[in-house]
Amino acid sequence: MDMGDARQIIAQRAAREIKDGMIVNLGIGIPSLVTDYLDSSLRVFFQAENGILGMGPTPAKDADGNLSNAAGYPVTILKGGSYFDSALAFGMIRRGCVDVSILGALQVSRTGDLANWIVPGKRVPGVGGAMELAYGAKNLIALMTHCEKDGRPKIVETCTLPITTYRCVRKIITDLAVFTVHDEGLLLEELMPGTTLEQIKEHTEASFTCSPAIKQE
Amino acid sequence: MNLFDKVTNYDVVRPIFFDGMTLLFGGFGGVGTPPGLVDCLIESGVKNVKLIGNDAGFPWLGMGKFICLERAQSLLASHIGSNPVAGELMNQGKLQVEFSPQGILVERIRSGGVGLNGFLTEIGIGTQLAYKKPMIRIGDKEFMYEAPVTGDVSLVYAKKADTFGNLVFDKTARNTNPYVAMASKITIVEADEIVPMGELNPEEIIVPGVYVKYIVPSGGYNWKWIWEMPDKLSRNAPPAK
Repeated sequence: MDMGDARQIIAQRAAREIKDGMIVNLGIGIPSLVTDYLDSSLRVFFQAENGILGMGPTPAKDADGNLSNAAGYPVTILKGGSYFDSALAFGMIRRGCVDVSILGALQVSRTGDLANWIVPGKRVPGVGGAMELAYGAKNLIALMTHCEKDGRPKIVETCTLPITTYRCVRKIITDLAVFTVHDEGLLLEELMPGTTLEQIKEHTEASFTCSPAIKQE
Repeated sequence: MNLFDKVTNYDVVRPIFFDGMTLLFGGFGGVGTPPGLVDCLIESGVKNVKLIGNDAGFPWLGMGKFICLERAQSLLASHIGSNPVAGELMNQGKLQVEFSPQGILVERIRSGGVGLNGFLTEIGIGTQLAYKKPMIRIGDKEFMYEAPVTGDVSLVYAKKADTFGNLVFDKTARNTNPYVAMASKITIVEADEIVPMGELNPEEIIVPGVYVKYIVPSGGYNWKWIWEMPDKLSRNAPPAK
């Protein structure tokens, strides 16, 4: 599977986590693809930390440089939407007004520690709003390909990359599987089509248990 | 400068910039960063500037244009992922970067802007972003102290200003601008439209003019956004958030 397909598979599965009536914040990277797979009958308000609640789709024409999402791409605003400053944007995030935050990840540990802001000496994106989304969102879902390009697992016992926030991830969706994070550790909930339990065991560093549904397979 | 007529031109504000100054700037990925004032800053020739703002822009837009000239000594920001040059300068030791969580950074600016002495938070404890910030225990909970931020000069982009400096912003170009406007000794506003006092609805004014020292007219954005440059899309992957 090439990386593009993997990203689409992850985004498609993540879209199922978004339910009618939710306030949702999508991160940059794979999470930004999730809207492509949303059921159009859902009524959802997307929050963007650059100051919109009720963000709409990319405009068909007449894009406006002053109306963008957090990645800098043009968007629209829905009826009932609002604009506000950065302090208020993060005030509502920390206060728990966001039902689900879907973030890209570099590594997630067995206990739900998230690493997604820096690869020392290589990528230096910076933390952006991730720490506060992890702190305040009612539900935090981490999206990533199951392994690095060189095959190293990204679901690990202990993160080797600098931590964004400890014990914050509630669900991990990869191109191979879906895990939930519990006090006792990771629970393998789903295998993506065509994936075997053996593959997951081989490509996951962290220990995990299997949900009853998986055991029956 | 007349309290009720702060409108001036770039030649007047250019000499305000000085080497080693702390400069606060509004904007989020360049949206809401004042394009004319960034150029004015570049033309002023100042160096060793200590920058404070949400991010490093892109190499060709926002404060990124200035950062690429290697005349910034330090940058306090939430991310630099959209400006690979900033990352290179950081790794070469030419730009000292301190990262702050995005909302914490704006609250630090706000704290400075409203005359408070910082605040306590749990966010960032135990991570590299705790740096050497003081820890404070209250009861059985531990908090990190976040210090207020102030600057010598603030650069702000508004949609409309009246001659007193009352400001209205445009959609997502508001972002950090209202707090950046409050937190420096000298606040310079670039406005798309400058109107007489009385033209703005008092209920809609976001920043009262008391914080503003100078107003200059804007020629609008003089850069292309990344979505207008298909050739840049693959080379500038958006940052992790």
